[in-house]
Amino acid sequence: MAAVETFYDVIRRQGITRRSFTKFCSLTAASLGLGAGGPATLAHAFETKPRVPVIWMHGLECTCCSESFIRSAHPLVKDVILSMISLDYDDTIMAAAGFQADAILKETREKHAGQYILAVEGNPPLAEDGMFCIDGGRPFVEKLKEMASGAQAVVAWGSCASWGCVQAAKPNPTHAVPIDKVILDKPIIKVPGCPPIAEVMTGVVSYILTFGQLPELDRQGRPKMFYSQRIHDKCYRRPHFDAGQFVETWDDEGARKGYCLYKMGCKGPTTYNACSTVRWNNGVSFPIQSGHGCIGCSEDGFWDQGSFYDRLTTINHFGIERNADIVGGTAAAIVAGAVAIHAGVTAIRATVKKPEKTDA
Amino acid sequence: MSVQHTLVKTADSDATEAVRRSSVFVYEAPVRAWHWINAALILVLIVSGYLIASPLPTLSGEASDHYQMGYIRFAHFAAAQLFIVAFVYRVYRGIVGNEHARQLFYVPFWRPRYWYEALYELSWYLFIVKNPKKYVGHNPLANLAMVVLFTLLTLFMIATGGALYAQGAGLDSWWTKLFGWVFLIWPNSQQVHTLHHLGMWLMVIFVILHVYAAIREDIMSRQTMLSAIITGDRYFRDDDP
Repeated sequence: MAAVETFYDVIRRQGITRRSFTKFCSLTAASLGLGAGGPATLAHAFETKPRVPVIWMHGLECTCCSESFIRSAHPLVKDVILSMISLDYDDTIMAAAGFQADAILKETREKHAGQYILAVEGNPPLAEDGMFCIDGGRPFVEKLKEMASGAQAVVAWGSCASWGCVQAAKPNPTHAVPIDKVILDKPIIKVPGCPPIAEVMTGVVSYILTFGQLPELDRQGRPKMFYSQRIHDKCYRRPHFDAGQFVETWDDEGARKGYCLYKMGCKGPTTYNACSTVRWNNGVSFPIQSGHGCIGCSEDGFWDQGSFYDRLTTINHFGIERNADIVGGTAAAIVAGAVAIHAGVTAIRATVKKPEKTDA
Repeated sequence: MSVQHTLVKTADSDATEAVRRSSVFVYEAPVRAWHWINAALILVLIVSGYLIASPLPTLSGEASDHYQMGYIRFAHFAAAQLFIVAFVYRVYRGIVGNEHARQLFYVPFWRPRYWYEALYELSWYLFIVKNPKKYVGHNPLANLAMVVLFTLLTLFMIATGGALYAQGAGLDSWWTKLFGWVFLIWPNSQQVHTLHHLGMWLMVIFVILHVYAAIREDIMSRQTMLSAIITGDRYFRDDDP
């Protein structure tokens, strides 16, 4: 045992009590939806499994994922994952810089080939040979591919790495692409959100470290445990939706009573995330609870769906901003008008023709 | 216009002048029943679907007092599931039924004659030719409209609607297994909502054209339309070719 350093060894060396460790295991197991034996399984894994290094890289992004991550609800969560257990490289928050930092990448790639986990925040721009994101003197996309080649698995943090997010929004001048467009040979787990919820991020890392494999993913590559239901499905305002009670304008009676924000363009019904269950800032609140609709930040291409306050995607093909109701309604009205005119012409012609018509 | 006149003897009249018309049996009972059930379902789907996208003015009080959106959505989902079952049955009728039951599912795309006839029919609608041709089943233009505006649109609405329903039914439901692939084409389900909504408007357009064309043809053309889908018999108003 002494030869291999485990997570637990590191924790204890840092002065974390056994009690705090057990609490962390219980919390994480609960958020992962593991059964009754979950905490014990987690604890056992942390105590016996060799430490898995995590490399955290930053492409085109705003660092909101990191900001979210370091504000995990349970203080131990971030400590466990961030400082002690496994984060070997994170260029934004680590002490090392320049050549020292790059040396860690090289060392990890050589010493832990095929074992480390690559976490990517942000995404690579491909236009102009990747010149829009230079990291360590060369295009980020090169560095990303290099580090991905030796990784056990890749975690795509946030909507940038998962879908492209704002830098990939139309017209996407830098040709930014989600990481699964350039990393083709490794399992990728997508943890979308702008940013993702801290507990979701630590939960996913804990799961991978504990079980040595990716959690079950849905069709789009997201972990089912956090992204299998929409905000709408677990929203505490859902009863108002079913009842037909809506906020019609900001600050109306319905808004004060906490009615459903559907008519205000809430994207809850089309957004897969855990906000309505896990919530934010130590479970304090989430957007809908504070009276504003969900903007759908964890969905693919959420910047390109038009207004945050409209439930129908804007249709730009007609020159001006329109939605399905305007386009469809106008088309139906034109057809109805044409039918009326056609009927009129038919009637007039029939009347004019009448003398020669028989009773047939 | 050659028409055979005759005298009919009825209980209230010894001899009433009448027209002798030839008729042909076109639509079998299951197809006719499907048509009207389907029409009712589409009406429910359009109204409830529109109200889901643009709900009625808000209700007040406690949530436990009402279930308005719930009932509207139930109407939509129930009608949609019946609509799917009815469509599957209609496909089955297309296989086992007579040749007119098959017209909904194909257009004789590669036959030049078909396109000529369709153009002829179009010019009848554009008041260019004086008399339309007679057809036992759908005329070529109607055939095209049916396949594109009804059958293809129905498949699109079933796929997108099934996918949206799968979101509520859950990732492990068979709805997801059946329709989850839709989200590989449009990953953000808001796009699917929007397209499903546009599809609704296309269906409205289809209904307008379909009802207008059927009534107009029943009055203007040389054959009856409404009787064919009510009793199954189509009458021809003259004996000209």
